[in-house]
Amino acid sequence: MDRIPILKLGRALLVSIQVDIHDRLAKALEEDLSERIVATGARGVMIDISGLEIVDSFMGRMLDNIAAVSRLLDADTVVVGMRPAVAITLVELGLSLTGVKTALNVERGMALIGSGQYEEIDGDDALEGGDERNDG
Amino acid sequence: MEDGFATLSKIVGERESAIVTRWRQLLVEAGGSGRIKDAEVEKQCQDFLASFVAGLGGGATSATDPAFAKARELLAEVSRSRANQGFTPTETATFVFSLKEPLFEQVRASYPDDAARVASIGWEMTQILDQLGLYTMEVYQRSREDVVRRQQDEIAELSTPVVKLWEGILALPLIGTLDSARTQVVMENLLQAIVDQSADLAIIDITGVPTVDTLVAQHLLKTIAAARLMGADCIVSGIRPQIAQTMVHLGVELDVVSKATLADALALAFQRTGRTVVRKAIAKG
Repeated sequence: MDRIPILKLGRALLVSIQVDIHDRLAKALEEDLSERIVATGARGVMIDISGLEIVDSFMGRMLDNIAAVSRLLDADTVVVGMRPAVAITLVELGLSLTGVKTALNVERGMALIGSGQYEEIDGDDALEGGDERNDG
Repeated sequence: MEDGFATLSKIVGERESAIVTRWRQLLVEAGGSGRIKDAEVEKQCQDFLASFVAGLGGGATSATDPAFAKARELLAEVSRSRANQGFTPTETATFVFSLKEPLFEQVRASYPDDAARVASIGWEMTQILDQLGLYTMEVYQRSREDVVRRQQDEIAELSTPVVKLWEGILALPLIGTLDSARTQVVMENLLQAIVDQSADLAIIDITGVPTVDTLVAQHLLKTIAAARLMGADCIVSGIRPQIAQTMVHLGVELDVVSKATLADALALAFQRTGRTVVRKAIAKG
């Protein structure tokens, strides 16, 4: 069965969706992603949908689901690279993905996830805990 | 029917120059031809009469017959050019209808003693010219509609510019009412500009929007939601005092950051992107 690759970039995970998503693929992605978030202790998940030209309500719900799962596992979700036509379609469908952060491209998305980390450095020793998890 | 047309065709063919002269005289009397050169009017008259005769001779029984294709084409051309030159409907229709009188005169002159025949040929002639006249009006109307449609497109295009205020900061000055069609154009322009300029902030200025009702507010929110999906934040500026009051009375809620003026919005945008504006003493030389 096809699987969507999940790449680790520092303390973020990058998922690049380049093919049409169907039910099983979405389910597999959700499972893989939640496992990888726990395994790597990632603080952010970036979903790159620059390759997507067509979206439907199913796709919108999938993004919402992933965001909700990630939030439970203490990772921010950032959707990056959405095309103008896709954005208009989602808005017309009434799906404005309120629970998800967005960024123009992967670079900006990384900056967004990174900015969350700096807050933690200022705040307490959460970073150390995170590092230990990474080493282990 | 066909007999009448054949006779008419013969009469017109024989007395073409007399008919054209009289026809042009009538057109001048009707007025409005001052905007077109005399030579052009004469050419239009001659060409139309020639194709009219050809149509009559071709065995046509009504103005929609293929034999009249050439005549209809000429009329469409005349009608379209007059519509664009700002002629009134009456002036445009007069072109065809004023042909009736000279034609009838010539038919009467051909059969001075046969009133019944003159009447029957005259009736057929009137019918065919009426049909052609109506066709002229149809083309005229269509041309005017084209002009209106083109102007609407141009207005829509003109009134939705996206301007770059600073690196990564866009402004969208909206002018006029926001309906669904315009929202679509505005949204597309804004989103494309966000991609092109890698912008992360967009200021939507609604100083030029006359009223904000629930529908307009919904359209604004849609645009803002779409921009957010592309990773850009929006600031709304230029809400006038009366509009703010109306919005509150209507219960319209714009759940976004809003500033009174474009300048305030730009200051906020600078602050959010970590920029400061510094005034320096200018050396007077």
